[in-house]
Parts: sequence; C-alpha cells; structure tokens
Amino acid sequence: MSHATTNGAKAATAKRANPLGGLLTWADDRTGLAAVSKKQIRKVFPDHWSFMLGEIALWSFVVLLLTGTFLTLWFKPSMAEVVYDGSYDQLRGLHMSEAYASTLDISFDIRGGLLMRQMHHWSAMLFIAAMFVHMMRVFFTGAFRKPRELNYLIGLLLLLLGVIEGFAGYSLPDDLLSGTGLRIADGLVKATPVLGTYMSFFMFGGEFPGDVIIPRLYIVHVLLIPGILLALIGLHMLLLVYQKHTQWPGPGRTNNNVVGYPMLPVYAAKAGGFFFIVFGVTALMGGLLSINPVWRYGPYNPAEVTAGSQPDWYMGFAEGLLRIMPGWETHIFGFTISWNVMLPGQIIPVMFLAAMLAYPFIEAWITGDKREHHLLQRPRNAPTRTAFLVSLMTAYGMLWMAGGNDLLAVIFNLNLNYITYFMRVMVFVAPVVAFIVTRRWCISLQRQDEARLLHGYETGVIMRSPEGAYAEKHLPISGDEAYTLTARDRDPLLPAPTAADENGVAARHVRLHRLRARLSRAWFAHNVQKPTTTELEEARHHAEHELAVRDDGHQHVSGDYTGDYELDGHAADGHQFDGRHGVSGEELRQH
Amino acid sequence: MRLLTDRLAARLSRGRRGRYAGVVVLMLGLLVTGGAYAVLSPAQASDEAADQSTVDQGRALFLVGCASCHGKNGEGVTLQNGNQYGPPLAGVGAAAVDFQVGTGRMPMARPGVQAPKKDVLYSEEEISALAAYVASLGPGPAIPESDAYDPLAIPEEDREEAIVRGGEFFRTNCTACHNFAASGGALPGGKYAPSLRGVSDKHIYEAMLTGPQQMPVFSDEVLKSEEKRDIIAYLNSIEDAPRYGGGNMGAFGPVSEGLFAWLVGIGACVGFAVWIASSSTRSKKGTQS
Repeated sequence: MSHATTNGAKAATAKRANPLGGLLTWADDRTGLAAVSKKQIRKVFPDHWSFMLGEIALWSFVVLLLTGTFLTLWFKPSMAEVVYDGSYDQLRGLHMSEAYASTLDISFDIRGGLLMRQMHHWSAMLFIAAMFVHMMRVFFTGAFRKPRELNYLIGLLLLLLGVIEGFAGYSLPDDLLSGTGLRIADGLVKATPVLGTYMSFFMFGGEFPGDVIIPRLYIVHVLLIPGILLALIGLHMLLLVYQKHTQWPGPGRTNNNVVGYPMLPVYAAKAGGFFFIVFGVTALMGGLLSINPVWRYGPYNPAEVTAGSQPDWYMGFAEGLLRIMPGWETHIFGFTISWNVMLPGQIIPVMFLAAMLAYPFIEAWITGDKREHHLLQRPRNAPTRTAFLVSLMTAYGMLWMAGGNDLLAVIFNLNLNYITYFMRVMVFVAPVVAFIVTRRWCISLQRQDEARLLHGYETGVIMRSPEGAYAEKHLPISGDEAYTLTARDRDPLLPAPTAADENGVAARHVRLHRLRARLSRAWFAHNVQKPTTTELEEARHHAEHELAVRDDGHQHVSGDYTGDYELDGHAADGHQFDGRHGVSGEELRQH
Repeated sequence: MRLLTDRLAARLSRGRRGRYAGVVVLMLGLLVTGGAYAVLSPAQASDEAADQSTVDQGRALFLVGCASCHGKNGEGVTLQNGNQYGPPLAGVGAAAVDFQVGTGRMPMARPGVQAPKKDVLYSEEEISALAAYVASLGPGPAIPESDAYDPLAIPEEDREEAIVRGGEFFRTNCTACHNFAASGGALPGGKYAPSLRGVSDKHIYEAMLTGPQQMPVFSDEVLKSEEKRDIIAYLNSIEDAPRYGGGNMGAFGPVSEGLFAWLVGIGACVGFAVWIASSSTRSKKGTQS
C-alpha cells in the first residue's frame, strides 16, 4: 500500500509503504477479517463503573490461567508417600504426600513460586468475589430481563463452576486444611441416603482418603472445569456483544441505542488498562499478604485437626449452615438419614441456586413483562426485587458469620453456643427484616424522586414568614435530571381474571391467574409511579409562576410554606452560585 | 542390692550373731533404699520446699488473696447448688501456682467461665512463696527446672529433629484448640484456648504439666518431658521464623483471608473501576460526559 499526499500546490509525492500494512493486507486477503472487525472495533460500550465488575472477574481469570500454568510446571498431583527434604526446616524428614511436598517446594525452593501460589489463590478469591458483585449488579438493575435471561443463566453456571473449581484447587496441596475440607466433602456425599457410601467409595477409590482423589481433582481442576469455564466465558461475551450492553437511562439514551465509547481506541484502552490494574492488585496482595500458608498446617493426617479450619470464603455459607444445623437424624429400615448434614450440605445450597436460576422467569411471570429491556432500572424502582436480593444477601451474610463463629467468639469474647443459637433464629428473622426495611427504603427513595420532579430540589435557603413560620425554598431540577428520573415504565398491575368473558366463555386456569394477579399486586402495589404528564406540566407552571421576578425585583416563592403571606426568599450572598441552576445575571450583591 | 545386703549380713552374722543383727540389717536396708530414693527420685516430692518460713509467708499471702474462693486451707469452696466456687488446691502442685499466678490469671478479677490472662499482681518472690504453700498442701508437680523446658538445653545437633518432632506433637495434640499458628481458638460455652504467642517457655511447659482451666493435663506419662520441650522448641521456631508469605492477617486461616479478599481486593478493584469510568477521553475528570 502506498499513500500519496498533496496540498494542491506541490506535486504529490509517494510515501514509503508501511511494511505492517502489507502484512495486514496479506492476512486480510486470506481471512477477510477486516470487513468483520471494521464494524466490531467501532462497537460502542456504555461507560459506568458498575459495568466493569464483570471485567474484574474476567481479568482475574486471566491471572488464574497465567499463574496456574506456572504452578503446573512443578506441582506433582500424587498421593505417593515421600520424605520431605526441602528447605523448610520445621517439616524436614517428615513423611508426606508428593502433592504436599511439591507444594512446599513451590513455596520455598522454586524461584517466585510462593508469589505465584499466593497470586493464584488471591485471584481465585477475587474471581469468585467479582462474579458475585457482578451478579449483584445485574440483579439489582434488572439487566437479566429479556433478552438476557440466557446470559444470566450462563453467568450463574460460571459462578457455580468457579466455586467447584476453587474447592478442587483448595484440596490439591494435601495440607491439613485441604484434607479437612475433603473430609467434609466426603461427609456431604455420604449423607446421601442409601447411595452415600457407594458414591464416597467411587469418589475416593475406596475408604477416605485413599490415594486417587488428588490426581482426580487435579484433572478436574486444570483441564475439565477450566475448559468449560473458558467456553462459557466465551459464550457469555459473545452474547454480550450480540445483544449489546445495557445502559443507564439518560438524555439521548433509549431502548434502541447504546451511548458510549467505541471499542477502539477508547474502550479497548480502558479494558486493557484495567487488566493491568487487576493484575497489579493481585500481585500486590500475593506479594504482601500471606494466603494459605500450607507449611504451617502441616501434611494432612486424618488424626489431626486445627482450630480455624474454615473453607475459603465462597464455601463459608455452607460451612455456616453445617455449623448451626441441629443434630437431626432419622432411622428408617436400618438406614440413617442424616438431616444434620443432608439439609445444610445438599438440599439448602441447591435450593439457593434453584431460586437464583428461576428468578428471572418467576419475576417475568408475576409482572407479565415480556418486553425487551436495554435500559437498566435503578434498584429503587424495583423495590420488591431489590428487597429480595438484599434479604438473600442477609441470609448469606448470617451464614458467613455462622461459618466463622469460632473466630467471632475468640475475637469479640462471645459465647460460641450463644452465637449458634442466635444464628439459628437470625437466619430466618434477619432476611425478613431486611426485606421489609429495604422495600420501604426503596419506596421512600421513589417518593424523594417524585418530590424532586414535582417540587424541585431543596436549595437550603430558609425563609421566615411574618408569623414566624419557616419554609425552605425549592428550585426546579434540570431538564436532564428530570428526563433521567422519568425514563422508566409504569408498573402494570395485572387485573384479577373473571370467571368468564363477556361472551360467557369460561376462562382457563382461573385459579392460577388469580394467584398471579394477587402476586402482581403484592409486587407492585406500594411502588410510587412516576408523575403523569399533566402533573409534571402543572408543576412546571407552578415553578414558573414562583420564579417570575416581580416589579420590585424580588421573587415570591412559598417553598413548602402554606401560610397566608407571600415570602421573599433569596440565598445568602454567595450562595446563589449553587451550581444547580444558571447563573447568568447573578452577581454578588455587595450588601 | 539384695545380693549386697545378703552378703553383708552373712559377714556380720559370721562375726557376732547378736540379737539385734536382724534389726540392724533391716534398718540398714531401709536407710539405703530411702537414701537412694531421696537422691534419685524426681523433684516432685515437695521436701525441698520445706523451708517453713517461705510456706508461712505463702500462707499469709494466700489468706489475703486466694482464700475467699479457695478456702482458708485451700480446701475449696462449694456452693449450695453443688458448684465449685474455687476448686480445692491440695495436690495441684507448685507448677500450677507458678502458671496461674505467674501469668496473672490468678487471682481472678471476677468469677467467670475462664480466668483471662492479665497483669501479674505478685512479685517473683511472692509467687514462689504461694507456690511453696500450695505445694505443702499435698504432693503435686513442682516448678520445672529450666533444662526441662528450655529448647536451648537440647543438644545443637538434635535440635532440628526435635523441632520437627515437636511440630508433629503440636499438630496432633494442640492445634485442635490452639489453632495451627497458635493464635488460639474458641471452646464451647464462652471458654477458649488462648493464643500461645509471647507466652514464656516455662509457662507453656507448666500449662501442659498441670492442665489449667479447660486444658487437659499432659502429664509425663502422656507426653514425656522431652516431648513437651520439643513442642516448645517448635513453637519458638515458628515464632522466630520470617513471615514467608507476607502479612499474616492475624493467622486465623481462611476467614481473615476472605475478609481481605473482599475489603482489600474487591475494594481496590472497584475503586479503580470507578476511577477508570470517571476518566474519559473527551471530558476532564469529574464532569459528566
């Protein structure tokens, strides 16, 4: 390729061809990628910090792949017994599995090994935590609504796989903690009625701990799940590109466009830069904060256990369930049903997951909303949904605390038993309280939005009437803000079905529809709907009237004053420049 | 021994078969056995602390500081409902006193499920007087000699092996309550196993020997004296070891790690996300695009 330049006065001169251009042409002639990427590199993404939470997870995953590859070069997934002969004095000469010995070698004898191990572990924690906060954002803003339900399900699947992947990784070093974790996993499997012992024997290749579980988990950890994760992440991103990213409502933003920056150069730079930031944060944590000091735990020995045996945080809620569960058991026909392990270990986590998986469909059914949504909802504008997730988060938080009950007891000088009793109650009560409080809180915020739309914002100018009443001056909000606040739908209440229509044809599924109408009512009835056009027009006229400057140069604004007098309100000198309205013509009054 | 006395008796009896020969032999036998026992037996018998004035001084202190719960003669106080107010002290030994008073656990500031460690109220001299008095109530473990607990008494060439052995003993017997890094842990009903960091070698040894508060007794039959010393050697070695991985966040295991992952890791990443999203190509920071 060659370029010619001319300014019209001089003859055009040929520039030297760019060798890179030649290479790209060569590639394009054979792949035809230019036509595709021409459009894609200009693809627009909206800009908001909350849209970058999933990116933290994505970049953590990249860090995991990089550091994990490093670790595989030295880790030996074998439970064969060896005598440790490395640099860590306190364990030298002990018998241990090869897996544990090689983990010690990575930590003490391989250059950079400990840093890589710690970065791997920290980024695993960040990976799952970032998926959680990303999912919370998606849930709170209603981004899972049509057409994105499928991507929401893929996201949940990623989360579940991430947790399993994390647990497998936690078990690999074969230290005391990972062995204790596997023992609990063994217990959970064995709690399955009738089949439990068979499943456990298949899993461990005999009685726990056996000598096959670590090689098996290794393949699951480095090949099987990462492969599925990678494929699902690819699918997740493809769907994201295909369906376009959701955006916050605002001036110029509609359900049919995306307002933001193009992929190249802006968004690629931002996202690429963010990778280095996530990498840097992980590297700092890996370098400065000790995580999973396996040499302190010692090799796994079924006869040993340590206080402070907890799983990594993402299994903490299951640990909490297990810790607060009363010791219930039933004996039927010679079989023991261990409710004390089966309920917290198998049934309740699956119920949690099922509730999250089913949620978008349940909500769509109750609200009857089958439209496409590309504009996000503010959490306050979906009070019931927001309250639902907050109550789930509260239950999760309670279980977290229950999972760390021994540390709460030690650090805050509490009684371990009382924490358990307290949590047994709170795990039911706290979510209900959280639901009610959050819902009312959201509705209050909706009221505040309505007040801003109809009465303007509070200026902070306090007026006193002749009889001594105080009132605050309000000014109308900007048009942009008013647009943003009103860019939402009214919540449709489903009417109760009648047994037969006007032609006397009996309706089908009446009972189901009646339930749905009742649920829809409970869902929406207390929400504050946005003001109607008439209300907004009225409010505007009122404001114009109040803001009109009279002959004497004063405005007569009443604010929230309801008395008989006309008030003269102006801001204290200097405060008229409040940054909320135009200041042309305003000047310091000098008196 | 028997052979020796027999031969002695034979020679004696050959010389003069007096009426008291048998008695003399018996007395001699008793003397030898008793003397040998006195020389060879462990220091448990409290005869060395028989210094009466020390015991008296200890009793005077005991009556002021301890008797309200443990009884005027250390016999313990039982409440009407059968609960112990203060346990009887006969037989707990000087080591128990040295541990309880020497770490400030006794005297307790108030009744409770467990006596917390606090400032030591008595001087060295007063503690040994109290110990002597309590030891005089009945035989019990004496305050150990420094060779028994000091890891430096382990020969240099055996020390590393002793540390490894001590680690195994520690993980088998101690971590279940005291945590893998000796950070302490919770027990039922408001009780707890305290942190072992910064506790003196002697006090750790005495604690194993006497089993204070909720702790089981690891007598010499359960865990030999040298094995206790191995554990102390291990604890000292991990306390002196560098923090290989960086800050240990309290050494409480995955719970504090999870806390840091959320607060520091996610906190920092979200903070940076806010920063990146607020800086754009066209507008300066802080103004809306």
